[in-house]
Amino acid sequence: MNAQIDLSRRRFLKVSALAGGGLLLGFRLARGAERPPAQALAQANGDLAPNAWLAVRGDGGIRFVCPRNEMGQDVLTSLAMLLAEELGAAPRQIEVLQAEVDPAYVNGLLGAQITGGSTSVRDAWDKLRQAGATARVMLVAAAAAQWQVPAAECTVADGVIRHGNKQLPFAAVAAAAAKLPVPAEVPLKPRAQFGVIGRPLPRLDGAAKSRGRVLYGIDVAAPDMLYAALLPCPVLGGRLARFDAAAAEKRPGVRKVVAIDDGVAVLADHWWQARQALAGLEVEWDEGPAATLDSAAIQAALEAAAEQPGAVAKQAGNAAAEFAKAKPIEARYTAQMLAHATLEPQNCTARVGGDGVDVWVSTQFPQGARDIAAKAAGVKPEQVRIHAQLIGGGFGRRLEVDFVGQAVAIAREVAGKSVKLIWTREDDVRHDFYRPPSLHLMRGIIADGRVRAFSQKMISPSITARMFPDAVKDGIDAFMVEGAANLVYDIPHLDLRTVIQEVGVRVGYWRSVSNALNAFAIESFVDELAHAAGRDPVAFRLAMLDRQPRQRAVLERAAKEAGWKTKPARGRAFGCASMECYDTHVALVAQVAGGAGRVKLERLTFAVDPGIAVHPDQVIAQMQGGAVTGLIGALRGKITIKGGRVEQSNFHDFAIPRIAEVPPIDVHVIEGGDKPGGIGEVGVPLVAPAIANAVFALTGTRIRALPLADGGVAFA
Amino acid sequence: MTTLKLNGRSVDTDAAPDTPLLWVLRDHLGMVGTKFGCGAALCGACTVHLDGEPVRSCVTPLSAAAGRAVTTIEGVDGKVAAAVLSAWDAIQVPQCGYCQPGQVMSATALLARNPRPSDAEIDAAMQGNLCRCGTYPRIRAAIHAAARRLEGGT
Ligand code: FES
Ligand code: FES
Repeated sequence: MNAQIDLSRRRFLKVSALAGGGLLLGFRLARGAERPPAQALAQANGDLAPNAWLAVRGDGGIRFVCPRNEMGQDVLTSLAMLLAEELGAAPRQIEVLQAEVDPAYVNGLLGAQITGGSTSVRDAWDKLRQAGATARVMLVAAAAAQWQVPAAECTVADGVIRHGNKQLPFAAVAAAAAKLPVPAEVPLKPRAQFGVIGRPLPRLDGAAKSRGRVLYGIDVAAPDMLYAALLPCPVLGGRLARFDAAAAEKRPGVRKVVAIDDGVAVLADHWWQARQALAGLEVEWDEGPAATLDSAAIQAALEAAAEQPGAVAKQAGNAAAEFAKAKPIEARYTAQMLAHATLEPQNCTARVGGDGVDVWVSTQFPQGARDIAAKAAGVKPEQVRIHAQLIGGGFGRRLEVDFVGQAVAIAREVAGKSVKLIWTREDDVRHDFYRPPSLHLMRGIIADGRVRAFSQKMISPSITARMFPDAVKDGIDAFMVEGAANLVYDIPHLDLRTVIQEVGVRVGYWRSVSNALNAFAIESFVDELAHAAGRDPVAFRLAMLDRQPRQRAVLERAAKEAGWKTKPARGRAFGCASMECYDTHVALVAQVAGGAGRVKLERLTFAVDPGIAVHPDQVIAQMQGGAVTGLIGALRGKITIKGGRVEQSNFHDFAIPRIAEVPPIDVHVIEGGDKPGGIGEVGVPLVAPAIANAVFALTGTRIRALPLADGGVAFA
Repeated sequence: MTTLKLNGRSVDTDAAPDTPLLWVLRDHLGMVGTKFGCGAALCGACTVHLDGEPVRSCVTPLSAAAGRAVTTIEGVDGKVAAAVLSAWDAIQVPQCGYCQPGQVMSATALLARNPRPSDAEIDAAMQGNLCRCGTYPRIRAAIHAAARRLEGGT
């Protein structure tokens, strides 16, 4: 999700005194509804100042309301570092809270309160440093006034202001600072003076996570809470026709059986009781039009749409004319659907009361959660309070809020009581919004050892058409063209198109979205062209990167660190891939060994240039984690459909990589830019093509379908 | 009523004897450090120790745990657990963190019986613990680091 949806980025800075004597500061987007300061004051008097990012409190606490949701990507620490850098406090001194839903917390790169698209640091880069700097300037001004010295002579570190041998902690001047005018412009530190950004720092949530001391949505507890287990319609998109709950209602602990649109829920004193009681339900489904759907029909729908001209994602020269002059090399690539399979199954706790609706949920999209909860409860969005919890894995699954709507619909039937809905793993695998299947038609012409013409037509269903229809214009889904529209290679005749074709399955954003689909086809096909031209695949790519110094640098670095050889010793081979995504340049070399019957993945070597690495160790962690996510779809993972039902159900048949099959993953970081790029999804897309290219180099077999295991490779 | 020896204390629960230990811990006793991931012994998120051995609590009925020493992430301690946790901190293993209590419990059980595991032995012992975030390279490094710590090295 790289596209910038239109948004006014003009910001208002608000400042007001906290009831406890302190400084409350936040940016507000011009488009957001202003809250009266009194309301902000009232809430700031409690634990949270919801229309602000930073509260420096008279009691000594520094609170940061983190606008993005933590799902493993280190957003709590990375964003706190941006704030701390300019505030003059140590990140450890800052208490980080997850934001409620408020226009102040809209992601400027996505136009809604969303965590996704590897945007969190990019969006916050200026905003949070400015928030920190503004607070620091005001705190210093207050201290300087008290001491009657020039503010410029004061220094700040670790939340303490110093002048000569005098010192004052922030807390001592917070109340006075709040009375000062907000400076219109604050200078930000030049990069050479960074003392927090780019430095090693343990994750603020790391130690607690290892010790099981953090709470996720699934861990929420409320007094006299009921638990709900769900029997969803087994057919995609099917509906409940009728049911008999008599037997289920007699089971131990069962309090109520509730019908919702797409399933039946049992409410009980404990979740296991609810889950066991599902077996007692007699249900008839209206299976709907999907009942005859299967994977072959999905593939056929994509094939049929291949005849359409498609919409242009990127073009140069006149590829069609080149293809008319000389016979192109052609290939077709396909990718199967994937489930997200977050380790924390989907869950949501909801209470529908006279005073509004409370929702406790692990979500990447609090604003969407609020809206669906309001709809399900029949209240206004302002009457819904979203209590965002830590997320036990997102990967795009928690941009969807289906389970929030379900939980609220169920809770509405027992008004005043909190209800925790927990999906089983089977529910989760079978009722996901899957990574879309795709078909890619590739053509290319080589001349003088270089690519002269190159085209792709990518056919795939659109996620955005369902979720953010405004972002689909003239047949172009801004997220579907990712990985194509951002192609870095200099090719004289280029024609990259997409065809949107629905296939009857709900599809969703899956970490790195279309970057992964397009990179598999494009980077594999570039490799085919390199071999057709008789060129080394790294040199062949470098020849197209004269005007892309950062891209050249990562590719050269990855090749060097990996010990790249065109012709390594027998029984070993390398494959490479490279791209730009999320404003970050990345290259990967995969090293494999073995032979046609059995391929061992020996090593993955990345070089990545995110411009600036805010939290370097976690940049590496995200690249490693992204690579393992990439391995899911590259090696064996797929979701298939039969009779409208998803055939997989749990980790035995939707296998995600286990420790033994994950090779060493080396990550070399280059900082070649003047601001940070995205990193959360960058590790994913190149894994499949780099491995496919290595397998070709090893065995001579070109695999053009994901997962690669379907192409006849057995991975050791 | 079933009595459990949980983290060194005696705890009573009225959960039905066939209730999986995971749900007794989480729902009945409010100890939520042990996680639900699959319910079918496929992911290891629910790993606890039963008399020191790692077991998947999602498929362990309460009746099977009665009278035996149950240790969860909330109660695991001693030299080996301390070495594992400090290695986990030093290597910065967790991402989302959801699998991590289970990983720590499995790693602690491994090092308790095999203080210097090879890569192959780590694979064998940790193969049942999924990490969807992909922290495996760091899990491996942290187990080696914990082993060195236990040997009195660095
Ligand atoms: S929840 Fe027990 S192994 Fe997955
Ligand atoms: S850290 Fe997220 S599943 Fe392991």
